[in-house]
Amino acid sequence: MTAAAPLRTALHGWHARHGARFVPFSGWEMPVQYTGILEEHRATRTAAGLFDVSHMGEATVSGPQAATFLDHVATNRMGDLGVGRARYTLLCAPDGGVVDDIIVYRTGPQSYLLCLNAGNTTGDLSWLGGHAKGFECEFLDASASYAQLALQGPRAVEIAARLAPSTVSLADVPRFSFVEIVLSGATMLASRTGYTGEDGFEFYLPPGQAEAFADALLAAGADLGLKPCGLGARDSLRLEAGLPLYGHEISREISPLQAGLGWAVKLDKPGGFIGRDALAEEAAAGPARRVVFFVLDDRRVPRADMVVSADGKPVGRVLSGTVSPILNLPIGSALINRAALVANAPLTVDVRGCAISMRLAKPPLHKQ
Amino acid sequence: MSSVPDDLRYTKEHEWLKPAGDGTALVGITDYAQESLGDIVYVELPKPGAKFAAGATFGVVESVKAASDLYMPVAAEVVEINSALESMPELVNQVPYAGGWMLKIRVADATAVAKLLDAAAYTKLV
Repeated sequence: MTAAAPLRTALHGWHARHGARFVPFSGWEMPVQYTGILEEHRATRTAAGLFDVSHMGEATVSGPQAATFLDHVATNRMGDLGVGRARYTLLCAPDGGVVDDIIVYRTGPQSYLLCLNAGNTTGDLSWLGGHAKGFECEFLDASASYAQLALQGPRAVEIAARLAPSTVSLADVPRFSFVEIVLSGATMLASRTGYTGEDGFEFYLPPGQAEAFADALLAAGADLGLKPCGLGARDSLRLEAGLPLYGHEISREISPLQAGLGWAVKLDKPGGFIGRDALAEEAAAGPARRVVFFVLDDRRVPRADMVVSADGKPVGRVLSGTVSPILNLPIGSALINRAALVANAPLTVDVRGCAISMRLAKPPLHKQ
Repeated sequence: MSSVPDDLRYTKEHEWLKPAGDGTALVGITDYAQESLGDIVYVELPKPGAKFAAGATFGVVESVKAASDLYMPVAAEVVEINSALESMPELVNQVPYAGGWMLKIRVADATAVAKLLDAAAYTKLV
């Protein structure tokens, strides 16, 4: 048996020409870095970064019961989402475990666009497709219709605005809103969202126009310090910002309440949703463990699955770890038993036999 | 293409060794290794005086993405470590064959050095 050839985005050749190093990621061959993760990370925090996130999946839901269907599968409110607005939500299993975390865009009174995690796209399509059968709506995989580029950083909006017609003010698009716009000849959806903790846009456009658009953006932002960035920087940026990554801070085993995402779980939503009862029960009892973020005053880097202890006894494990290129200190997230957090016991993480004190911190960690 | 200087010896695990001619040698990781690891943020090294068998783990190099073990090319005792790497681990990226050296070792058996890969053999590997 041979492994399936990795999928490539429409920008694969563009990445190679810009010196990318590729890694396998969720069945895709994606750029992990161009010049270096630290440099790309800092460019995004101080100027702007351009990320190809075309590996993300997309799906559309349309029809008279599109909103009712989404309210049934999503933990957050979907029916009252305004046209032109976007919202973060979890999809949960009946036991409250997370199937995926997604962004939902309301594209019309009876139509939505969903952005899915690359590694979960296949599972989401069958999960959502299965549940959609009970509703008067059409659920379609639209992944092949879109390339997705994220332009993030303090100069991102200014750079995008340079490509926009004078009649449109991209700076006036509110956070978690989107517009349909023509930028450098390509019609696209420009959404004021992102996954870095910085201001910016995510663009959904036809794959055939992705290269020309990436070139136009890079040219428009060259004098402001825009750099192409890989998945390495995307991961360190999201961790500094305290944004969850599926399979790390949330999973089938880690519920949204444990992950501190209760704000996106509307237990009192009329009609309920899949997982509602389990989550209501967990909320009433109080989650038995919690995801926390931390900084180490050390050089050794915490990594997923390293053991966290209090008074020499294991009380949790690391979920994500890296070095903050802004703090120049190791940072991470961990899942800790509630009892240890309530006791406020000093926590240590075991890095290769060395117990290092953890300093719990509220994200964004780079603004500590 | 990564650089492979002619005057060094190499291991399959991408360490280099530079004999000084007096029974000691410098050890580091190759240009290929540093490039594959990406930005190096921490190098964990043993204390001078520590003894290692050939192929034993003598330390760890941490990049943003992962931690990787470092292997002793030949049986040896550590004479000195490059303390500059404590504050400037990026030297391993910038000058892997010069300021990015990791250990000065006293080689237990000089004939073992000759059995390491030469530049031509290592170039074939990378």
